[in-house]
This record gives sequence, structure tokens and C-alpha cells, in this order.
Amino acid sequence: MKVVVIGNGMVGYKFCEKLKSMAPSVELIVFGEEIRPAYDRVHLSEFFAGKTADDLTLAGLDWYQDNNIRLHLGDPVQSIDRTAKTVHSHKGIIESYDYLVLATGSAAFVPPIPGVDKQGVFIYRTIEDLEMMNAHARKAKTGAVIGGGLLGLEAAKAMLDLGISNTQVIEFAPRLMPRQIDDAGSNILRNKLEMLGLKIHTSKNTSEISGGESITGMQFSDGTSIEVDMLVISAGIKPRDELAKLCGLETGSRGGIVVDEKLQTNDPSIFAIGECALYSGMIYGLVAPGYEMASVVAENLASLPRTGGVVPFGFKEITNIAEFSGPPPSGGRVAFTGYDMSTKLKLIGIDVASFGDPFLTGENIRTVVFEDTMKGIYKRINISADGKELLGGVLVGDAEQYNMLLQTCKNKLVLPPNPEDLVLGSRGGENLAGAGVQGLPDEAMICSCETVSKGAICNAVSELACETMDAIKKCTKAGTGCGGCVPMVKDLMLYTMKSQGKYIRNILCEHFNYSRQEMFDLVKLHELKTYNEVLDKLGKGDGCELCKPPVASILASLWGEMILKKGNDTAQDSNDRFLANIQKGGTYSVVPRIPGGEITPDKLIVIGQVAKQYNLYTKITGGQRIDLFGAHLNDLPDIWGQLIAAGFESGHAYGKSLRTVKSCVGSTWCRFGLHDSVSYAIRIEERYRGLRSPHKLKGGVSGCIRECAEAQSKDFGIIATEKGWNLHICGNGGSKPQHALLLAADLDDETCIKYIDRFLMFYIKTADTLTRTATWLNKMEGGIDYIRNVVVNDSLGMAQAWEAEMQTLVDCYKCEWKEAIENPEIKKRFNHFVNAPEVKDPTVKFETMREQKKVADWK
Amino acid sequence: MITLTDQKKITWFAACQISDVPANGGVCVKYGDEQIALFHFARRGEWYATQNECPHRKQMALSRGMIGTQEDEPKVACPFHKKTFSLATGQCLTGDECNIKTYPVKTEDGKVFIGIEGGL
Ligand code: SRM
Ligand SMILES: Cc1cc2nc3c(=O)[nH]c(=O)nc-3n(C[C@H](O)[C@H](O)[C@H](O)COP(=O)(O)OP(=O)(O)OC[C@H]3O[C@@H](n4cnc5c(N)ncnc54)[C@H](O)[C@@H]3O)c2cc1C
Ligand code: SF4
Ligand code: FES
Repeated sequence: MKVVVIGNGMVGYKFCEKLKSMAPSVELIVFGEEIRPAYDRVHLSEFFAGKTADDLTLAGLDWYQDNNIRLHLGDPVQSIDRTAKTVHSHKGIIESYDYLVLATGSAAFVPPIPGVDKQGVFIYRTIEDLEMMNAHARKAKTGAVIGGGLLGLEAAKAMLDLGISNTQVIEFAPRLMPRQIDDAGSNILRNKLEMLGLKIHTSKNTSEISGGESITGMQFSDGTSIEVDMLVISAGIKPRDELAKLCGLETGSRGGIVVDEKLQTNDPSIFAIGECALYSGMIYGLVAPGYEMASVVAENLASLPRTGGVVPFGFKEITNIAEFSGPPPSGGRVAFTGYDMSTKLKLIGIDVASFGDPFLTGENIRTVVFEDTMKGIYKRINISADGKELLGGVLVGDAEQYNMLLQTCKNKLVLPPNPEDLVLGSRGGENLAGAGVQGLPDEAMICSCETVSKGAICNAVSELACETMDAIKKCTKAGTGCGGCVPMVKDLMLYTMKSQGKYIRNILCEHFNYSRQEMFDLVKLHELKTYNEVLDKLGKGDGCELCKPPVASILASLWGEMILKKGNDTAQDSNDRFLANIQKGGTYSVVPRIPGGEITPDKLIVIGQVAKQYNLYTKITGGQRIDLFGAHLNDLPDIWGQLIAAGFESGHAYGKSLRTVKSCVGSTWCRFGLHDSVSYAIRIEERYRGLRSPHKLKGGVSGCIRECAEAQSKDFGIIATEKGWNLHICGNGGSKPQHALLLAADLDDETCIKYIDRFLMFYIKTADTLTRTATWLNKMEGGIDYIRNVVVNDSLGMAQAWEAEMQTLVDCYKCEWKEAIENPEIKKRFNHFVNAPEVKDPTVKFETMREQKKVADWK
Repeated sequence: MITLTDQKKITWFAACQISDVPANGGVCVKYGDEQIALFHFARRGEWYATQNECPHRKQMALSRGMIGTQEDEPKVACPFHKKTFSLATGQCLTGDECNIKTYPVKTEDGKVFIGIEGGL
């Protein structure tokens, strides 16, 4: 049997994967118009957030080769001869088929507005589109998107990501996302988007795109106009049925190739799947129904010999399919009968979800609505009048309950006595609303992209010993599509493990059956000093990249010895091993410590001289100091030699250790300053420099409550008061910012430092690896009150011991870089080639930008 | 005489002294225009060599990676994004990155030799 597929998009690829897994010997030929093998269009926007075309690829060229699939890329099919059963490609290839599968997807619908062909007007569908947008965005200052639906809002986010902060969304309908959410939900979404700086116009009809060769503005039918120099049109999709039309297949009046529940067109040898297929008057513009269609056709084709009666039952039937080219399928075992269009999206960081029928109203429907305009949260559920069944709903701003609600709706689970608990959470009572994952039936579809049921996931955990997300993904494929089900899969994994009596601990890795906290105590108890000793005494096997850095960090926190000695060098994460952060291209950064951000003119000059001599890129960092980028490994010892001679020391920018203690100028100069915040910041930075911890540490000292040092976003932040210092702890910037909480007020200099000593030792002893203080606090039972009890009231009786331990570490501090360059054994490791120490890595390439160098981009 | 057509023939070239390579770590060896990562897995008394380039982002970095095992399979983790590769077979153990090239290694008289198929 010979099958030809036209279109190598998401659904076309899924079809190949399914068919080849069921019938490996089928002759399969694929034509794709794009120059790349199928990629993940759903996550296209991540291209702007740093993902590359490679990252998005679903399967590389070798996959097609290994599976014996002939793939013609960049070669669209131009016509189909249904009588001869052949297809004709642009490059002139003629290929015959027994069965033809159209998976041509859709194109962006571009309304016929005068001026749409101007430069600077884009659509948003392929990687090429994004590459073109990227190039244009460099010159653009103001942007607009036509279309306030799902794709339009994604495009608007892309514009923001491209740095065009002045972006407007133009929607023809009176509200955003008219197909997915109701009026009230749209309003909340609109407010949130406006808060992020997007300008939204609804009920607006574009009449003309103005400008010369390039776009300069837009005119609307209500007489208004705006100036823009970049526009993305995202006004809907248009199924690509042009080939089908050309060869006389039946198509819908508004586009789409008409198919039945076998996805068969009016020519029984031709199928259509994905976004080009029109089933029961409907185009399914989502990936999950497309995957379902691909499975149905693959399964029916793979079972052909059975239904055609050519091959007897047994294993052979599948291999023999190679010779089968009999009559078109009549029966077929499986069918496509429509698909649930529930979706959950993250738009510009805002959750939006709808499931079941979100718009239901009427006498037999009870609607529960929760709205918080301050926080921008809207939730609506539609329930049957008897309160037994969930029929649909909308979630905006907080869609944490989406998976549970969707499952409850799809599986017709019985609702709790107070159905409003489903969206409000149970208030006051012990029982959480709904029964959680354990309440779902085994057939409940958890991953709809890959059709994986609850039963299959639990089975993978209990029978196949998949006890990590990675293992489950590999084994069941759950969570590998849109990723929306991952939290639920994780819950199911933990629940199944728990129900097997497995105690779930954060053990380091396969070599150590202990958590970091347990390791810390054991290493101390046994007085172990090297990674190898720790592995021999407490672990098994030969270690790995997961356990080496935390063990090395524990050793450093406990004994304060030079981290590259005693064979511990190769247990360090690569950045620690070379005492510098590795950069794109393989060069390193140099960050000397500049305590409190204070620096003399002479030292500034030295930094400038060194940067010039070694051709380094210089930048003021977000941590009040100077980073020198692009140093060759070979040059690091000389660079540091010069810096150290001028009085600098390592800034530990590479370690999980103290970074900076940020200061404001304070009472020495500032008219509001209450105390000398700079001197205090320097004292604190010098006290904790070099200290190794589970994650990096940052501090700040502000001279008054105006808080110019942003101390409340730091792991420990100190703010001057009339009477002393207020100490705040466990603040965090990063991706989940969190304000620090007040630990104690009005402290004198010495007490404040005592409390920081105790707090840091408590954290270092008990936190999981790579856990910042904020996350540590969030997981701590009893929260800040408990920590206050331990640190201030000494409820564990550890205060004295911790202060003494900290003092020992403070006393044994030495600059790592100084030691490294003075020790010939360590120094000789800073070469790129072991057998050609004078040669630098010849593959490193730089470019020029704003009079400095920058590293050439990833390949 | 070694000829290029003799594919099975292995030429051994002296890369460095045993003591030049840190225990349980790697170094990068220059072989003409090629870069080879050489590892001394001292805990296991084993030596490995692979291409130095990580296929993920084409970075010359594997020699600076941490080595270890996964279910007894010796592996190296690239310092950039921690993709891991088997030192024994070159197979990528995390995801679908392509596999890396491996080379035979032997030690003699305090020296480390890397075997190149076909030879110079
Ligand atoms: C250079 C700098 C950006 C800049 O040009 O300003 C920077 C650069 C890096 N940051 Fe940062 N961060 C820099 C200030 C910050 C700040 C701002 C601050 O400290 O006031 C933050 C948010 C505050 C915070 O940490 O709470 C910040 C939050 C992060 C995070 C997220 C941490 C988190 O808790 O979520 C990471 C990732 C990590 O550590 O795992 C990170 C990681 C990184 C790394 C190390 C990424 C890496 O592994 O290669 C970057 C490498 C720098 C290099 O090669 O030297 N950087 N980074 C800043 C150096 C400050 C310094 O002098 O040491
Ligand atoms: C920015 C964006 C975000 C999205 N987000 C989501 C989401 O969050 N959730 C979700 O479920 N869906 C989402 N989608 C929709 C999803 O990507 C599509 O449903 C899915 O890609 C459809 O797959 P397909 O194979 O039918 O079409 P496509 O992926 O478009 O593939 C069709 C392929 O066929 C090729 N082709 C067409 N004609 C020919 C010819 N004559 N010869 C050869 N090749 C041809 C095309 O070039 C194309 O490569 C999103 C889409 C976009 C653009
Ligand atoms: S410097 Fe920090 S914020 Fe900037 S790209 Fe690197 S890690 Fe991200
Ligand atoms: S470059 Fe090696 S893992 Fe990314």
C-alpha cells in the first residue's frame, strides 16, 4: 500500500507517526510546502522568547529517514489527478498513490482592506512569518494587531516581546475572544491587558491601511485613525482547500474540504485531516482534534487488510499491508465524531479558559459567577438546574481549577453539595471542593493531545515504575503536546505513589537516597571532606550532574575550604569549576566584587584598562557592579591577576553564594538618610562574601523608608528607622517576585547581624537544593512566625552554635581567585587545549555592536 | 604505512600526560582542526574520548562538563543546558539531540593516547 500525504504540519506529522507505528511497512511519501520538517505551531510564540526553530521541531529529518518516509520539503503539490491517482509537485515530481491524505492546514484570513500588501504588514502562522517580523521590528516603534481572538492576542504578546511596547489591538466584534468567553470574562481580560500597556479597541472596523511603500497608519470606518509602523493581521483562519477545489473534491461554501466521520472526502481514496477538514459544518482550529483525526485515518488504513478480507488474522496482517492496494475502505473500525473545544491558554501571562458550553443560559441552567475586579479574576460555571451536573464555564485570570472542572464536566462527575465550592474553594470547611484527581474515573482523558487516560498514567506509575515526569512523558507521551495537562499528570503521579505507600522525598538523585537536609547533617556528622568520601560513605555508584553541585555546596558551607581543592574541583558545576559564568560561545564573564556598589575612580580606571587590554564587553549590572564579558578561558588567570593586584577580589557571580548587598547612598549625602547605609552594606557584604548556600543570596540596605536600595526584594533587606534597622527576609526578584517579610524591627547594628547569621545558617541547613529563601519560606510550616521564633526567640536552642559556625566561615574566607592563580596545579586548568596551552578556542566568534563586541549568535 | 582506505586501522596519537587530566573530569585535546574531549573517570578506572562540540547549540564545551553515571551508563552533561550523552556510545540520553562521536583511549607509560580511525 502506498500512501501520499500533502502537508507536513502538526497533523500531517502526527498521521505519519501513528501510521508508521501501526503499519511500519507502508510506503509513505510526504510533500511539505515549508522548508522545515513539521514543528510545534502551538508554541510558535516562544520563538520570540528565545526558542529556536530546532527547539520547536517535532521530529528531525533522521526520524523520517529511520522510519522510511520519503519527505519532500519546500515542494508544494500543485495538482492532483484523481483518475490516474497521481500528485504533481512544484519541482516536477509525479507520485502515484493508493490513498491520499490532505493535511494542508489553514492560512491566515486576510480581509480585503486596501493597503494590506504594504511593507510592515504581517500574518502570524509560520516560522518564516516570525523571522520577517523580527527583522522589521527593529525599525518599528508602534504596532497594531487586527483581531482580538486567541491568535490576535498571541500576536500582540509577540509584539510586546519584540520590544514594541506601544501596541494596539483592533477587534471588529464588541468584545475580545468572542468565541471562547462571555461578556463579563472579556471585560476582565480587557482590563488586565490594558494594565499591561496594550491599547484595546473593540467594535472597530479597519477601512484602509495608509502609507507609501510601508505602512504608516490605519484608518477606521468610524472616521478615526492611528499611526503605526508594524501591523499583524490575525482575523481568523481560512482552510487551505485550493488543491481540493482544483481537482473537484467537495468543499464548503466558506471553505474546508468536506469529510465524513472516517475523514473521507467524496473521493473514497482521499482523506482530509486537521485544519483543512470540514466535518459536520465545522473547522476545528485546535491541534487536539486534528491529532484525533490523524489517529482515526491511520488506524483505519492500518486495519485495511482485515476489513478488506485480504489477509487472515494474526501478526502478518500488519506487515503484509505493504502489498495491499485493494478497494477503498468501506467499514473501518474507528470514527471521528466531533471534538470538545475546551481550551486553556496563557495570554501574556493571563490564564483564560473555557470548557463545555460556556454560554449556556435559560431556565434549566444555574449559573454561578465569581468576579474580583481588583485582582482581575472572573469565573463562571453553568450547572444543570438539579445541581448535579457541570455543563460548562469560563475562567479568566485564574484557571488553576481548569483541569478538574473539565474532567468533572466531561465525565459527568457528581457535583459536591455546594457546587459553588468548585470555583470558590471550600470556605472554612475541612474538605476541599470536589474529590480531586482520585475522584476521576479511569477512562477520564487527561492528555487530550495524545489521548492518554487517567488509567494509563496511573498504570505507568504503578506497573512500569515511572516516578518522574520525564519517565511518564517518555512512556505514555502524556504532557508532550500543548503541555496543559502537566500539573494534573504530576498530581496523578504523586497520588499513585502515595497510594502505594511510597513516601515522597526530594532525594538528590539515583546515587543518594537522601534529601539535601539529611545529606547536610550526615556529611557533618561523619566529617566528610571530599565528594568521593561522601559518595563512598552515603551513596552508591559514581555520581552525576544532579548530586555533584549540591554535595560540593554542602562541603563548602560546612568546612569553608577552597572549593577547587581535594579533588572537589570536578564535583563543582562548570561555572564554579572555572570560577566564572560560561557565556554563549564558550567564553566567560569576570565580575569583581564592588561591595555596596561603592568604587573609587582609580579602581574604575583599572577595570577600564583591563577590559581594553583583553577586549572585554563591559556593562553595569543590575546588582550595582560591573560585569566584563567575553573572556577566553586562557585569559582568566591574567585578568584576575591584574584585578587582584589593584585590590579587587572575586565577586562570586558564578556561585550559589552571596552576590551583592545593594545600598543606597544613605545619610552621608542624602537629605532624608537616617543612617549610613553604604558603610553598613559594605560591612555585611564583606561578612558573607564567599559563603556557599543552597541558592544564591542577595541583600540590600536602604537609608530610609523610601527604599532606594529595593531591600524588600532581597533575601535579606535592611531599612533604616529612627531607632535602628528593620530586618526583612525572604524577598525574591526573578520570575516569581515576592516581597520580603519583616523579621524584627528597630535593631542595633550588632543584633541585626546576629539575626542574619542565624537566619542564613538555618536556611543553609534546611533548604532543598536550588531553593531561594522565598520558596524555602513558602514551604516552611508555620511560615514567618516559625522562622521568627527560631531566629529571634531561639526556640531550637541553636542560636549560639549557628553564630559560632558563621564566625568560623567568616574567619576562613579567602579570595578564591587569588588562591587559584597562586596555585600552579589549579592555574593550569584554565586552558582550552590541554596539549596546546597557548592556543585559544578558535571557534569563538565575535561581532560588533554599539562600539563594543558581542558574541555571535547560536548556530 | 597507514592508508585512508583502511577503515579499521586505528592510529593512536599521544594526547597528553595522565596527570594533565583532572580525576573524574575532562580536558580538551587539539587534534589538527578537531577538538576532542578526553575524560578520566577515575572512580571507575576508565578513560573516554568524545567530540568536544555539544550538538545542541554547537558549543565547544563537553570537556568542561560534569561526568557521572545513569544506571551505570557513564555520561557527560554539557555545561550549557545539561543535555547528557553516554561516554560509552555517544548516545544522547536527554531528548532527541543527535548522538556524539566517541574515540577509543588507551594509556601507556604515563601517557594518554586517543585512537583515530583511518589515521592521519
Ligand atoms: C549580569 C546580570 C544582568 C545584568 O546585566 O544586569 C545577571 C546575569 C545573570 N543572571 Fe541574574 N543577573 C543580574 C542580576 C539579577 C537580578 C537583579 C538583582 O540582583 O538586583 C535578579 C533578580 C533578583 C533576585 O535574584 O531575586 C536576577 C535573577 C536571576 C535569576 C532568577 C533567580 C530566582 O530566584 O528566580 C537567575 C537564574 C538562577 O539563578 O537560577 C539568574 C541568572 C543569571 C545568569 C547567571 C544566567 C547564567 O546562568 O548564565 C546570568 C549570567 C551573568 C554572567 O555571565 O556573568 N539571575 N539577576 C546581573 C548581575 C548582578 C551582579 O552584579 O551580580
Ligand atoms: C500562533 C498560533 C498559536 C496557536 N495556539 C494554539 C493553542 O494554544 N492550542 C491549540 O490547540 N491550537 C493552537 N494553534 C492552532 C494549531 O497550530 C493548529 O490547529 C495546527 O497546527 C493544525 O495542524 P495542521 O497540520 O492541520 O495544519 P498546519 O500546522 O498549518 O500544517 C499544514 C502544512 O501543510 C502545508 N501545505 C499546505 N498546502 C500544501 C501543498 N499544496 N503542498 C504541500 N504542503 C502544503 C503548509 O505549508 C503547512 O506546513 C495555534 C496556531 C498558531 C498559528
Ligand atoms: S541576564 Fe538574567 S534576565 Fe538577562 S537574559 Fe540572562 S538570565 Fe535572563
Ligand atoms: S549547548 Fe550543550 S546542552 Fe545546549
